[in-house]
Amino acid sequence: MTTGGTEATRSGVEVRLEDLRRKYATTTALDGLSLTISPGELVALLGPSGCGKTTALRLLAGLEEADSGRVIVGGKDLTNVPANRRNIGMVFQAYSLFPHMTARQNVEFGMQLHKVDVLERRERANEVLELVGLSAHAGKYAHQLSGGQQQRVALARALAIRPKVLLLDEPLSALDAKVRSRLRDEIRRVQLEVGITTLFVTHDQEEALAIADRVGVMQAGRLEQMGPPTEIYSRPATPFVAEFVGLTNRLRGTVRHGVVEVRGTEIPLVEPGVPDGPATALVRPEAVSLASDGEMEEGPLVGTVIAVAFLGAMSRVTVDLGDTTVLAQMPTSTASQHPAGTKVRLALRPDPVLIQREEPAPVS
Amino acid sequence: MGSLTDRDGQFTIANFGTAGIAQAYVVKSFVASITISAVSALVGAVAGALLAYAVATGNPRGLLRRSVTSASGVLAQFGGVTLAFAFIATLGTTGFVYEFFQQRGLDFYANGVWIYDLPGLTLIYTYFQIPLMLIVFLPAVDGIRPQWREATESLGGATWHYWRYVAGPLLAPSFLGCTLLLFANAFSAYATAAALITQGGVIVPLQIANLLTSETGRVQPGLAKALALAMILVVLIVMSLYTLLQRRTANWLR
Amino acid sequence: MSRSRRRRLQLFRAIVFLVLGAFFLVPIGAMFEFSTRGNALTAPRNLDAWKNIVQTPDLTEAITASLELAAITCIAMLVLLLPTMVWVRLRFPGLSRVIEFICLIPLTVPAIALVVGMVPIYRWIEINVTDSILILSFAYLILVLPYSYRALDAGLAAIDLKTLSEAARSLGAGWGTIMLRVVVPNMSSALLNASLLAVALVLGEFTFANLLFYENLQVAIAYVGLVSATTSVAVAVAALLFAFTLLLILSFVRSRSGTAAADPADIQIAQPLAASGAIIGRAR
Repeated sequence: MTTGGTEATRSGVEVRLEDLRRKYATTTALDGLSLTISPGELVALLGPSGCGKTTALRLLAGLEEADSGRVIVGGKDLTNVPANRRNIGMVFQAYSLFPHMTARQNVEFGMQLHKVDVLERRERANEVLELVGLSAHAGKYAHQLSGGQQQRVALARALAIRPKVLLLDEPLSALDAKVRSRLRDEIRRVQLEVGITTLFVTHDQEEALAIADRVGVMQAGRLEQMGPPTEIYSRPATPFVAEFVGLTNRLRGTVRHGVVEVRGTEIPLVEPGVPDGPATALVRPEAVSLASDGEMEEGPLVGTVIAVAFLGAMSRVTVDLGDTTVLAQMPTSTASQHPAGTKVRLALRPDPVLIQREEPAPVS
Repeated sequence: MGSLTDRDGQFTIANFGTAGIAQAYVVKSFVASITISAVSALVGAVAGALLAYAVATGNPRGLLRRSVTSASGVLAQFGGVTLAFAFIATLGTTGFVYEFFQQRGLDFYANGVWIYDLPGLTLIYTYFQIPLMLIVFLPAVDGIRPQWREATESLGGATWHYWRYVAGPLLAPSFLGCTLLLFANAFSAYATAAALITQGGVIVPLQIANLLTSETGRVQPGLAKALALAMILVVLIVMSLYTLLQRRTANWLR
Repeated sequence: MSRSRRRRLQLFRAIVFLVLGAFFLVPIGAMFEFSTRGNALTAPRNLDAWKNIVQTPDLTEAITASLELAAITCIAMLVLLLPTMVWVRLRFPGLSRVIEFICLIPLTVPAIALVVGMVPIYRWIEINVTDSILILSFAYLILVLPYSYRALDAGLAAIDLKTLSEAARSLGAGWGTIMLRVVVPNMSSALLNASLLAVALVLGEFTFANLLFYENLQVAIAYVGLVSATTSVAVAVAALLFAFTLLLILSFVRSRSGTAAADPADIQIAQPLAASGAIIGRAR
């Protein structure tokens, strides 16, 4: 770890959002959001456009005012404190570097505003620029830097003032895929090194799952589920989460005595207490396996492979069962044994699944 | 080219010397031109910049913005004749506003009717300078991204920090350039003055016109051309400075 | 932004618009008021001045002449400029700088200086060819270049000419077809724009006509003004409203058929619109 980090920066502070509400003229952006971020933790807010995640971030930053609710950072109520007095570092999606200043001047700007003296400024700027790996480019202007480099300068700039909290508003969305994954890991590395409490907003579930300590999935201004990435992925609490995070197969079945019977297979339920009746089971592609040897008599789980998508180490196989299509995910070596056109038999692993009930017919 | 000949068609450079453009009355008209242009440019630049900021911070597709930019497009081109008449109708001795104030005891022509002279001309020029400033400066103001303001705030800056360190420096070159443009604009203007000032060649364009079309038979095309050349020179210098300044901000505000 | 800051901003905007709005609308209102005055001091208001517009032959002649000039200039500009620009863009991209420079020259030379240079040419034409007012369109064509170039250039930039023309060629279209059925329909708003700018310029032009002793719309306004101030002011107000309505309609048309390029094009065109008119001082 580099020298110069004070105790305050390294241990981070707790952030609490209490029942935040924000309405605009036509929509409700936030409908009672409450969450707590532990010191030094990186929480990702994940959701589709318009779900309120950016609004939550901006309320925490002080760039917007809540209609009701509180923002508490390190035990202090910041709800009515203007943005420029909150000591919060923020990285925007794009275009946030001041174009008439070099990278170093950008980084020093915050300290300049805090009246830090020149020598200390310079030293600190060098420190953070090195932290993000851009010491060599300190003299360049924004338009001379690539997108990824610009975002790193933005990160350095935000950290230079030793903020209590770090906020990132979809920082990778405007970048190329390759740069995105590299920078994502960089950001996490820096965050761990500095130990700062961080809120990261994104619509890309892969990003959220990869770097966060905990993920909060949002929809329509509310938090649908909050928990570690593995939990969000394998134990989705609502159908929305199940569909938004990862891929899902929707298979018709019937609930009976705490399990759901899908096409001849019995699968346990996440919530065994639901009443019996018809339902749709949400099955992950990884829970579906193929076999093309042995007896291929007709059955509810026998079908034909219609496409194989090569994704690198894994492949995704689309199987046509006659009345529906199912996605199966498996290592490529396995998938290559079942090219398109092969007749296969599916097996569903008994991982607990979520179900969705049919909607009642509309009353005319 | 004709600037090198005199009235009798003989080759001479006298037109550039004391008998030509260095004559007292000619110099006077140059000074007058420059003064009016500078004053109306400054006033127009400041007012126009404020207007541009007011427009840029509103709905980009709204009716207000469209109306203001359309109106500015028209008014910036405002025909000199029309404009002169408009002001005479408003502030002239039989004008609406003048009579309004006169009836309430405020006679602002008590010391002389200035509307038909240089001060009046300056005021009238601002009428098309302000819309022109709006049109040429608005793109620069539009180019200011909201993220810069928010980044400044998150780094601890207040409003005046923002203007002093971020928006000010970013807009300054464009502002200066546009002011120069306004200057060149006023300097070249002819029709308004022609309609307003019925005698004398108080500013350069009028001088030129006089020399070309004088009824007293003292047509001096050579001198006219010399003056024209001088005008072109001034405008060229101003325009080059303008282009230089605009280029500087091109990278920043895209 | 915070609520208090938003409130302050709205207050600022309201003040700016009110103050400047008054500054600009009052003279126009005054003009309108003036044009409806009766003959004697106590005569009632009337629209005589406006009726006069169509009753004064000199004026109607000048209006007609100006409209004809506008049409000729506009058509000549489109026929000459558009094919050239398309051709240069596709075949000789290097030449585009040269063309741009040529089209910007009229911007930097004040109208009055330009007139000084063109007097002898026009004298010659008058004596040897014709002295119809329509020969002014030659000069106007030159004056209109900067505007129209910018307008058409913005339109061409927005439609990715290269790809479209290559697609058309691969389907078997000849150059005529490409121009008529591919380029023109996709550039309708830019063409409209360029034409309106040309029209606005020609209708507002004064300097050239005056110094070459022709009587176009603006010159006629000046002359009529010596006789009947009210009529002349009425014409002026009418011309203003006409131009404003045109531009306002234009701003809506562009955004409807437009892509994101429409909005920056709006400013890109407005800029030379004002700049060139400004520098040349044609109308002023």
